[in-house]
Amino acid sequence: MATTQKISSDLGDRLRDFRRAAGNVAGGGGLWAAIIIFTIWAAFAERDALTVGIVLGAILALGAVGLTLIFGVLKFAHFAHGDSMMLSAFIAWLLLNGIIVGERAGSETTLLPVTVNDLPGADNAIWQFSFGYGLIVAMLLTAVLTAGMMVAIDRVVYRRLRKRRSGIVIFAIASLGLAFVMRSVILIFWGPTPRLYTPGIRNRIDLPFDVSVLADQLFILAAAFVVTAIVYVLLFRTKLGKAMRAMADNPDLARISGIDTDRIITWTWVVAGFLIAVAGVLLALQAHLDSELGFTLLLPLFAAAIVGGLGNPQGALVGGFVVGITQEVAVTFDFLSPGYKFSVAFAILILILLVRPRGLFGERS
Amino acid sequence: MILGGKRPGWTRGLKPSDFIAPAVLLSITIAIPFISYDQSRGAFPDGNIAGTFSFYTAFLVTVGVYALLTLALNIQWGYTGVINFGVLAFFMLGAYTTAIITKGDPQGDFTDYIGGWGDNLDLIPALATDQWLPFVVATAAAAFAAGLLAFLVAFPTLRLREDYLAIATIGIAEVMRRVVIEERWMLNGSRGLTGVPQPLGNLVDQSDYKYLNVVIIGIVVIIVFFALERAVRSPWGRVLLGLRDDEEATAASGKNVFAFKTQSFVLGAAIMGIGGSMYAYAFSALSPDAFTHLFATFIFWAMLMVGGSGNNKGAIAGAYVVWGLWTISLQMQGYELGDIIESRMSYIRGLLLGAAIVGVLLIRPLGLLPQERRVSSWVERRVKKERSARAPPAET
Repeated sequence: MATTQKISSDLGDRLRDFRRAAGNVAGGGGLWAAIIIFTIWAAFAERDALTVGIVLGAILALGAVGLTLIFGVLKFAHFAHGDSMMLSAFIAWLLLNGIIVGERAGSETTLLPVTVNDLPGADNAIWQFSFGYGLIVAMLLTAVLTAGMMVAIDRVVYRRLRKRRSGIVIFAIASLGLAFVMRSVILIFWGPTPRLYTPGIRNRIDLPFDVSVLADQLFILAAAFVVTAIVYVLLFRTKLGKAMRAMADNPDLARISGIDTDRIITWTWVVAGFLIAVAGVLLALQAHLDSELGFTLLLPLFAAAIVGGLGNPQGALVGGFVVGITQEVAVTFDFLSPGYKFSVAFAILILILLVRPRGLFGERS
Repeated sequence: MILGGKRPGWTRGLKPSDFIAPAVLLSITIAIPFISYDQSRGAFPDGNIAGTFSFYTAFLVTVGVYALLTLALNIQWGYTGVINFGVLAFFMLGAYTTAIITKGDPQGDFTDYIGGWGDNLDLIPALATDQWLPFVVATAAAAFAAGLLAFLVAFPTLRLREDYLAIATIGIAEVMRRVVIEERWMLNGSRGLTGVPQPLGNLVDQSDYKYLNVVIIGIVVIIVFFALERAVRSPWGRVLLGLRDDEEATAASGKNVFAFKTQSFVLGAAIMGIGGSMYAYAFSALSPDAFTHLFATFIFWAMLMVGGSGNNKGAIAGAYVVWGLWTISLQMQGYELGDIIESRMSYIRGLLLGAAIVGVLLIRPLGLLPQERRVSSWVERRVKKERSARAPPAET
């Protein structure tokens, strides 16, 4: 008797869970349908913009996953994310070329005695790419440096605020202050002139279905895919990832179940720093190195994270693509001049906040 | 203790830390004219009193405008705990609204903007309405427009967690800048608007206008200051403080959190609009390049944090101190500093501003003038009354 009852209540629970999940899917269905129809339409009408949108989306997704991880574990909106990405991109530039602005604005001087480009054949272009393996080495070195930098910043600033039990808004303001420090550091060392990693021609590659992309953009997609796979394995297949997700769910519960929260926070910054560095270098490869770009990028990054639901890494991944594609395709419309590219992200943000504040995957609030 | 064994009567009851703020304010006031440097005439203190005075007046005009914006941010962040990272949007909207209302019709091939009603507002020429009426209307419109924009931003975001509004305000700032640059027919795009008329501009010579301007802005700052002081000590203001310190407790005591937060956010934005209006009068020219995140949002955060959030006097003091240090560092460029510093001076200033915010948060979270403990003017009066009734005869 008891067993039958248990089974039936189990079934009832499952049914209820299923119905709730189904209701959520239906609730988000309108948005999902709109996104899918928009993407399919773009695939026929604006194929070039869609391609660029996917590339930008991959970069935004990497940034947004880092942003959402920080939000999940540390519970605050990291306003220095965009500027950290740009700073990393410039660190990679420094490792690659060793060049900073000289005494006078406009002049150049070499800071590092040995650079990555000094490695044999490091700047010989691989395949159709515009860069050699030096950039990849520089990117990985930068990832290590950025991870170290983020941990150091956490020790000096955020940990002290945590100890004081400051509110989340104080963290937000501190991170905004740090964003301006980082941007100023970029300007002091590299000046306001936009730069490129490598001079020279960017090769176009023709793909089936009448799609043509830059070879570099294929590299961006591939790199983003590899990094996402690594982070996925880390988050969902390791104990560390499990602890991180536990902390994102409920920090107090995580603490009393014996999770060393300080260690998890440090690792979160390491993972976020790694993502920041890769996203920053890829962004600079797609666009250029520009001190202004970091802060401008903050808006699409947050839009992507919120579309996916703040604190939800898979959501941020999808959100990145949604925002990237919408941005690029929307400015092909006649009534929107290309200058509004980043304002589109704002429109998405407000729409999501109005309709589903917890994001596409979140439950209805 | 700091003054030695015997302290003068009036310093009794003061802690050493009470002297920090006056000392900083005084040293900046002294340093500004002394460090002022003019390549052609040498340092100002060399007998050039008129030059020093003129320089100082221009400095105060800017401080006045910035003090308005810092006061506005203070009502949002300092008293209510609502984050606004898009001061730029409301500041810029106020300035541009003012410009298109007070200016005449667009003239020439390279200007194009909507509005231009300045000449139509001279309703009663006998009262010299052209000298003041358009400006009163424009400033009121600036406040209204900025307040309306704030309401539209607050509506979808203020019900959610605090940081959603912060993100949305960054967005609205970006959109505002873009609209001004892209929609050339509306606000003349990146060429900006020049020749904004100035209130009572006929009374004095153009080169002496700053002396009149400093009085006008001073009056506006004083009015806003006292209005805000009154507001935050009213029952309404106490709810805001309650929201900032413990939102759940305030909600539990039956206050509509969303309504109060929205009111505070809209009020702050309206004052930012007034600040933008004063900016337009003071500088008479607007350009989208002048409204950067650093100069139109971030500097006010630095001013408020340094001065002391949650204290209106602190907001004004912060504007004075930060802009004073800024001016001093600008003047330093007149001295020989070496190329390596000179070519990077403006970036170093940005770095110091960012570091100042983080530093204040870490070291002195309450700022130069910490918020005062008293909350209600009614309680204050009662306490004073009871004290004077019970007070023992003065000590000799």
